[in-house]
Amino acid sequence: MEEEPVEEIESLLEQFDSRRANLIAILQEIQSKYFYLPHPALERVARKLKVPLTDVYHIATFYRCFSLTPRGRHQIQVCLGTACHVRGAPRVLDRILTILKLAEAGTTADREFTVLTVRCIGCCGLAPVVRVDANTHPHLTQAKVRGLLNKYRKPERAQEETAAETTGEVDATVGVG
Amino acid sequence: MPRLASVNELEAYRAHLSAIRDAKRPCVTVCAGSGCTAAGAAGVLSALGKGVEKAGLKDAVDVKSTGCHGFCERGPIMIVWPEGTFYNRVAPGDARAIVASLGNGHVPVEKLLYKDPASGRAVVREEEVPFYARQRRVLFGNNGRIDPKNIDDYLTVGGYAALGKVLSSMNWEQVIDQVKRSGLRGRGGAGFPTGAKWDFCRQNPAPRYLICNADEGDPGAFMDRSLLEGNPHSVLEGMIIGAFALGVEEGYVYVRAEYPLAVEHLRMAIEQAEQYGLLGDDILGSGMRFRVQVVKGAGAFVCGEETALMRSIEGKVGEPQPRPPYPVQRGLWNRPTVINNVKTWASVPVIMNRGAEWYASIGTAKSKGTMVFSLVGKINNTGLVEVPMGITLREMIYEIGGGIPGGRKLKAIQIGGPSGGCIPASLIDLTIDYEELTKAGSMMGSGGMVVMDDSTCMVDVARYFMEFLEDESCGQCFPCRKGTQRMREILARICAGHGKEEDLKLLEDLGWVMQQTSLCALGTTAANPVLTTLRYFRDEYLAHIRDQQCPAKVCKQLIYYEIDPTLCDGCGACVKVCAGEAILGEKKMLHTIDMAKCTRCGACMEVCQPKAVLVSTGAVPCPQ
Repeated sequence: MEEEPVEEIESLLEQFDSRRANLIAILQEIQSKYFYLPHPALERVARKLKVPLTDVYHIATFYRCFSLTPRGRHQIQVCLGTACHVRGAPRVLDRILTILKLAEAGTTADREFTVLTVRCIGCCGLAPVVRVDANTHPHLTQAKVRGLLNKYRKPERAQEETAAETTGEVDATVGVG
Repeated sequence: MPRLASVNELEAYRAHLSAIRDAKRPCVTVCAGSGCTAAGAAGVLSALGKGVEKAGLKDAVDVKSTGCHGFCERGPIMIVWPEGTFYNRVAPGDARAIVASLGNGHVPVEKLLYKDPASGRAVVREEEVPFYARQRRVLFGNNGRIDPKNIDDYLTVGGYAALGKVLSSMNWEQVIDQVKRSGLRGRGGAGFPTGAKWDFCRQNPAPRYLICNADEGDPGAFMDRSLLEGNPHSVLEGMIIGAFALGVEEGYVYVRAEYPLAVEHLRMAIEQAEQYGLLGDDILGSGMRFRVQVVKGAGAFVCGEETALMRSIEGKVGEPQPRPPYPVQRGLWNRPTVINNVKTWASVPVIMNRGAEWYASIGTAKSKGTMVFSLVGKINNTGLVEVPMGITLREMIYEIGGGIPGGRKLKAIQIGGPSGGCIPASLIDLTIDYEELTKAGSMMGSGGMVVMDDSTCMVDVARYFMEFLEDESCGQCFPCRKGTQRMREILARICAGHGKEEDLKLLEDLGWVMQQTSLCALGTTAANPVLTTLRYFRDEYLAHIRDQQCPAKVCKQLIYYEIDPTLCDGCGACVKVCAGEAILGEKKMLHTIDMAKCTRCGACMEVCQPKAVLVSTGAVPCPQ
């Protein structure tokens, strides 16, 4: 794990006073800055709020928004709300996992994508929905998935993918560092 | 930025706004709710803005982005005022035609009008669209008219008048009395009488707190979000009136983390209300103090449960606490606390403005007012629907919802999220209120209404909810932690064709124990989806167990795909999408599926133009 710049975290912590009630809000700030909660940052939070580190970890593991491992460059949130479920979301999710060669929701080896499942992002009228970063993609089908992922891939990788697509072969395993 | 120092100043400022704002001035309101934004509303807005400027109409026409109008299915949606012309499925390319019509007497753009599917007739005005015609939009009525980011818009439609009335002519007892007499019940789903809750809280010593519960975790419900995004001041106004009645100086809005836009609009609304002297110290010169803080949730369904929510605000893990003591006795930081849902707070100004009697005249004997439902799933008109309590399911599904797509058969309606139940099509004439739904084994819940047709497998739906609840159970109490897990395991086994008939009895027993012994409402209601599907769709369970068949052809382990040789044109579209490389065949020749390789993903069926891919249930037949 890379060592996080200490000053940044200190300046982030300065925005808050040291009341225990701020714990979740502080972790949210750290999460949105680094896309995960680095251990050194959690230690500093515990020190500042004078709460045991175990309490900080209890919060970090209880709430779904937090991740203790780094997440990918793009976050794919697959909505599994009821409306999306009855309109075929599970199959869209399977297709995404197949293409990204993931056994279950998580981060790809090249740290390009993190697949997360969410329970309803409130766009039920457009089910099934997938949100990538801040963009919501409505009415997905399995056939649309590859094109969608290609939009977010680095250009050279996307070309290989498209080539694979047209020749009808499955992804050639290419490791992109 | 005026700071309004008295109720008279508020009314004077409102009169001033009405004077400088011409009600006849053309205005285009584009829905920028989450649904329409996903459908491309931002592009429409910018194209319109540019078009109006180019046509030199910038000083004659306003273009506004508003919150959700509710008819998500037809988004992006817009309305041209003052006529109220309703356009749907607008694309950026349509801006030119719209601008041209604005410049020439507002002749409606024919191709953007809504066509009534029944008659084929084009409908011009919003209220004539069947989806809206049956509704009674008490809470959502202003969503399509105002810019949620501008407090003046809210004041123009009569905003904060209820607060003015309360501060100038009522005492706290009268406010609580009005809420009591209106018959308002908690819109979060449990339906506890709001006035009584306030009364209990007021009897306990200060400092007291109040909270707006906007942790709308139910999958399939998004009305709280739309109200906060589209009309945040209506919720704030309700909270300020509540603070006056309850003698509270500090309030919180707890919003789900998944709703960034709602948080943004709410924060803006709070800031503007503070600048205007409607929030903060000395509200409207009355000496009343009240501050509101926004707290973002961090992704836990259980935090919608009031005791867990309060723990979360305190910066702790969202674990529910046993009740009693109830929050009105010991809540946030162990002080008396009132927690109400977003829609409950937004109903308060309406009751103060129009009077308790008016509000109580809507609805049924025990359920008063309107309820907002999100109508989603296998239904033609998805969207948000606000109707008087006591409407029947039939009216909801067929008159407002426009029936089931593809002419398929209605099978069930799932109401009330994971705590609710599935109501079968045979109960279509059920009237919707708290008691009737509970009698049918469901509950009002937050108002999510998911419509299911004959292609939805009820066992799969029950398994889906159980998976969700197992995931979201906080794990403190054994019945819920283990019960949801065991139930999910059994249901998964049934879906895979390995179920036994005694499993059904076991599911019922487990459900009973969970209902009786769980710590919080998540656990006590968790079994509802399973128990209701067992009650109304037992045959479907038995088909999975006895015949190894999934009648809806959903459960992967019990279905197989074939290609109809008479229909296949050899186009090869299926080969491209096949996840398991299971489809064989040369171009322009008949294709076949190798069932040993097939992953049952069904993508081939999605893409096949001539509809040659067939799905069947049961054992895979031996190749001929």
